[in-house]
Amino acid sequence: MLRLEVRPQPSRAWSYASPVLALVVTVLIGIGLFMVLGKDPVRGLQVFFVEPVKSWYAVGELMVKATPLLIIGLGLAVCFRSNVWNIGAEGQFVIGAVCAGGVALMADKTTGPWILWAVLAAGVLGGMFWASLTAVLRDRFNANEILVSLMLVYVAVQVLNYLVYGPWKDPMGFNFPQTQTFEKAAQVPRLFTGSRVNMGLLLALAGVVAVWLYLFRTHSGFAQQVGGLAPAAARYAGFSSRRALWIALLLSGGMAGLAGALEVAGPIGQLTPHVPVGYGFAAIIVAFVGRLHPAGIVFSAVLMSMFYIGGELAQSRLGLPKAITGVFQGVLLFVLLACDTLIAYRVKWGSR
Amino acid sequence: MDATALLIASSLNAGTVLAIAALGLLINEKAGIVNLGAEGLMLCGALAGFAAVVHVGATGWGFLAGAAAGAVLSLVFGWLVIWLNTNQYATGLALSLFGAGFSAFAGIPYTQAKLPDQGMSAVPFLSELPFIGPALFRQHPMAYFAVFLTLALIWFLYRTRAGLVLRSVGESPESAHALGYPVRRIRLLAVVVGGALCGLAGAYVSTVYTPLWVEGMIAGKGWIALALTTFATWRPARVLLGAYLFGGLTMVQFHLQGMGVNVPSQVLTMLPYLATVVVLVLISRNPLWIRTNMPQSIGKPFYPGS
Amino acid sequence: MIDVRKRVWLKAAALSVVASAALLGCGKKEEAPAPAPTTEAPKAEPLKAAWIYVGPVGDAGWSFAHDLGRKAAEAHFGDQLQTTFVEAVPEGADAERVIRDLAQQGNKIIFATSFGYMEPMLKVAADFPDVKFEHATGYKTADNMRIYDASFYQDTYMAGIIAGSMTKTNTLGFVGSFPIPEVLRNINAYTLGALSVNPKVKVKVVWVNTWFDPPKESDAAQSLINQGADVLLQNTDSTAVLQTAEKNGKYAFGWDSDMSAFGPKAHLASAIADWGPYYIKAIEDVKNGTWQTTRTVWGVKEGLNDLIKINDVVPAEAKAKVEEVKAGLKAGTFEPFTGPIVDNSGKEVLAAGVQADQAWKDGINFFVKGVEGRVPSGK
Repeated sequence: MLRLEVRPQPSRAWSYASPVLALVVTVLIGIGLFMVLGKDPVRGLQVFFVEPVKSWYAVGELMVKATPLLIIGLGLAVCFRSNVWNIGAEGQFVIGAVCAGGVALMADKTTGPWILWAVLAAGVLGGMFWASLTAVLRDRFNANEILVSLMLVYVAVQVLNYLVYGPWKDPMGFNFPQTQTFEKAAQVPRLFTGSRVNMGLLLALAGVVAVWLYLFRTHSGFAQQVGGLAPAAARYAGFSSRRALWIALLLSGGMAGLAGALEVAGPIGQLTPHVPVGYGFAAIIVAFVGRLHPAGIVFSAVLMSMFYIGGELAQSRLGLPKAITGVFQGVLLFVLLACDTLIAYRVKWGSR
Repeated sequence: MDATALLIASSLNAGTVLAIAALGLLINEKAGIVNLGAEGLMLCGALAGFAAVVHVGATGWGFLAGAAAGAVLSLVFGWLVIWLNTNQYATGLALSLFGAGFSAFAGIPYTQAKLPDQGMSAVPFLSELPFIGPALFRQHPMAYFAVFLTLALIWFLYRTRAGLVLRSVGESPESAHALGYPVRRIRLLAVVVGGALCGLAGAYVSTVYTPLWVEGMIAGKGWIALALTTFATWRPARVLLGAYLFGGLTMVQFHLQGMGVNVPSQVLTMLPYLATVVVLVLISRNPLWIRTNMPQSIGKPFYPGS
Repeated sequence: MIDVRKRVWLKAAALSVVASAALLGCGKKEEAPAPAPTTEAPKAEPLKAAWIYVGPVGDAGWSFAHDLGRKAAEAHFGDQLQTTFVEAVPEGADAERVIRDLAQQGNKIIFATSFGYMEPMLKVAADFPDVKFEHATGYKTADNMRIYDASFYQDTYMAGIIAGSMTKTNTLGFVGSFPIPEVLRNINAYTLGALSVNPKVKVKVVWVNTWFDPPKESDAAQSLINQGADVLLQNTDSTAVLQTAEKNGKYAFGWDSDMSAFGPKAHLASAIADWGPYYIKAIEDVKNGTWQTTRTVWGVKEGLNDLIKINDVVPAEAKAKVEEVKAGLKAGTFEPFTGPIVDNSGKEVLAAGVQADQAWKDGINFFVKGVEGRVPSGK
C-alpha cells in the first residue's frame, strides 16, 4: 500500500523538480491522448514543442504570446504570495487596454514618440484603478476579493464593448465595432524587422528582475510574503496587512494593465471587442506552474505559449480539435498540484 | 399582467440552474471547502447528461449521468485538497480549466445531436389559477426539486445531528476531530454530494434549458453560483432567493430591451454582475455578520496529525 | 542546500536537452525520406487552400455553413485540391499568426470567414504577394486580397413575409447578436417583408451581445415570447432560439443552416447561405489565373442565399409571395430596400421608387418604421 508520510521539512529539491515532473506526466498523458485519437504521438509532440521554436520567426511569435502572460503572471505571483486572490486580472487587462487605447486615440500624425510612454502609463494606471475597486471593497467592506474581482471582469468587458460600439467607434469604419488603428507614434516599436517581437518583451524581462528584487531583496517584499504565509506573525512584526492588500492588488492590477496596453498598442493596433482573450486567467496557471517565482514564471510563460501555439498548429497540421489546448493546460495544472504534495510528503511503501 | 407572470416564470426557470449548483457549493462550504471548480463540474455534467440522453433516451438518465460526472470529478478534487492538502483555490481553478477543456474535447461528437422535445410541463390544477398559475406552476419538475432541496437542506443542516456534525466540521475541524469524528471523510462526502449537485445543474442546462451541447455552454454560471453562496451568507433559503433574483435580472434585462428602453445594452448586460458586487459588499460590510455566518475553516487545510 | 538545488536544476536541464534532441532527431527523420521519384507522367500538384473560422465547426451556424462550402469545393475538385482549416481562431492578435502560418505552409488561397480577421489578414497579405487572400464581410482590400459577402437580408425579407402572415399577435421578435450594419440590415429587411403583407406588425429586438451563447439566446427568446412575440428570427448561431420557440408553441426560423430537425413544429423556414458555389468560383479563379481584387456580394441570384424548408402550415398566398420575391431576386429586378422607406423616428431615408444601392445598404445605422427601440450606439 502506498502511503504518505509528512516530511520533517518541505523538500526544496522537490519544489523545483515538481513542475518538471508535472510536465513529464502531462506529456505522457498527451502521448496517450494522441494515440487514442489515432495520431502519431511523436508528430504530436513535435507540433507542440518543436514547431513553435523552429525558426526565428516562430520564436518571435512565441515571445509575442508569452509577453502578456509573463507580465501578468509576475504581478499575480506577488499577489498570491501575499495571500490575496486576484482572479480578475483579465478585467484589469481590459481596462488597462481601454485607457491605453483612449490615450492612443488622442494622437495624430504630428504627435511625437513621447505619446507611447503616455499610452503605457495610461494602461498601468487603468489596471491599477480597476484593481483598486476590488481593494477598496475588500479593505472597507470585507468583500471577498475573488468574487468581486471576477464579477468586475464581466463589467470590464461590457465597458470595452460599450466604447467600441459607441463613442469610440471609427467613423470611417462602416459602423463596425472597432476604433481607428492607432497612429505609428502610439504603437509599440518592434525590435527586429520580420518579427512581431516588440519592446514589450524588454519591459517584461525588466519586470522579472524588478519583481525578483522586490520580493527577495526589499523589506516591503519580505513583509508582503510574511503577510501571506503567516498573518499572525506578520501582525506581531507590525507589518500592515492593509498595506499588503493594497500593494498586492495595485501591483498586479498595474501589471495586468500594462500587458493590456502592450497588446493593443502592439500586435492588435486598435481597440476591438476581441481584446479579452483570457490571458488574465491563463496567467494564473503560469504563476502557479512557475512556483510564484519570477524565474520560474519565465519558463512557465514560454511553456504555456507553446501549448497555445502548438494547439493552433495541431489543428492545421494534425487535424486535432482546438479543445486539445484546454485539456493540456488543465491537465498540467492538476498534475502539478498533485506533484506538489511530494514537497510536503514522502511516498512510502508498506503498511502502517 | 400576463407579461409579468411570464417574466416571473422565466426568472424561476433561469434561477433553478443557479440554485441547484449554489446549494451544492453551499454543502461544500459548510464543511469548510471552497470549490472554485464549479464551472468545470457543470460543464462536464452538462456533457455527461446530454450524452446519456442521446444514447439512452429518458431525461432522468441524463440527470443521473450529470450528477455522476460531477461526483467523480469532485472525488478527485476532494482527494487532492483533503488528503493531499493542496491549495483549495488553485485546485479548484485547475478543475475549472480542466473541466472546460475536457468537456469541449470529449463533446465534439455531440455538437450536432438533438434531443427529443420536452414540451412544457404544468402542475395539473394549480397552473390554471389566474396569475399565480402561469407565474409559478408551469415549471419543469427540476424547479420544484430546487425548492424541495432547499427545504431539505434547511432541515438537514439545522435539525439533524448529521447536519450539526457537518457544520461543526466546517467551523472547527480540529475540535470535531478531537471529538472523534472522521473529519476528512465527512468533508469528502460533502464535496462529492456538492459536486454531484453541480453536475446535475449542468445536466439540466444541456437537456432541458437549452437541449443541445456546445463547448462552453455554461458561460459563467458556475462562477455566479459561487458568488451566490457568499451573497446568501451560507443560508439555503437565501441561496434560493438569490438565485431567482439573479435569474430575474437576466430576464429583466431582455425585457427592458424589448420595451425599447434607451439604455445601452451593454449597461443592461452588466447589471447582474454589478448587482452581485453590490450585494456582496452589503453583506460583507458587517464583519460580525460574516463571522457568525461563514464557516470558519473555509479554504484552510486540515491536518489530522496536528 | 545550494548543491542540491544546483543538482536538481542540472538534472532538469539535462533531461530537457536530451528530450529536445530526441524530438528534433525524430522530427528530422520523419521529414528525411524524399518524395519517391516517379516514372509516370507528372500529375499536377494539388492546389492548397485554407480556411479559418471564428467558431467551432460544429456550431450548426455560421462556421458550420462555411465548412460545408469547403467540403463542397473538395468534392468538386477532387484530388486537384487539398484543403485545411483552423477553427475557433480568436479575432485579434492570434489570427495574424495563424494566417501567416497557413501562408507559409504553401496554401495558395486563404479564406477568412469573419469581419475581425480583416486587419490581421491585411498585414499578412503584404508579406505574401503570391498568395491570394479572401476576406468575408469586410471592406479593406489589397492587390492580393479581396472581399466577399452574402446578402442575408434577402433571406430575412422573405422570412418577414412568412412571419407577417403567420403572426397572430402582430408582434415579431428578433434575437440580435451585435448592432453591426449587417444585423441592422437583416432586421430592417425582416420588418419590411412583414409589413408588406401585414401593415399592423411591429418588431421587438433584443441584443445578446454575442454570436453564440445558447442559454443566453434561449433567455432572450423567452423574453421576446413573454412580451408577446410569436414568430422569432435570430442572427445568432445556435439552435436555442428555435428550440425555445418550439417549447413555447411559437414559431421561429432556422439561421445559417437547415435547422428544421431542431424544432419540427416551430420551424417555419431556414435562412441559409450556401458558400460552396463561391468557394468553387474563387478557387477556379486562382487556377485559371483570372483572380482579381473585387468585392463580390452574392445573394439569392447567384445561389448563395436562400430560404428553404418552408413549413407546410404557411398559407399558400405567403408561399406564393415568397416565390415571387425569389424570382425577382434571381432575375435581379427585385430589391427589398425600395423606397419610400422611413426610419422609426419618422425621417425619410429612401425616396419613393428608388432602389437602394450597395453603399446605402452598407451604411444602415437606423431601424425602419415598425421596429421598436433605437439602435444601440451609445450616443
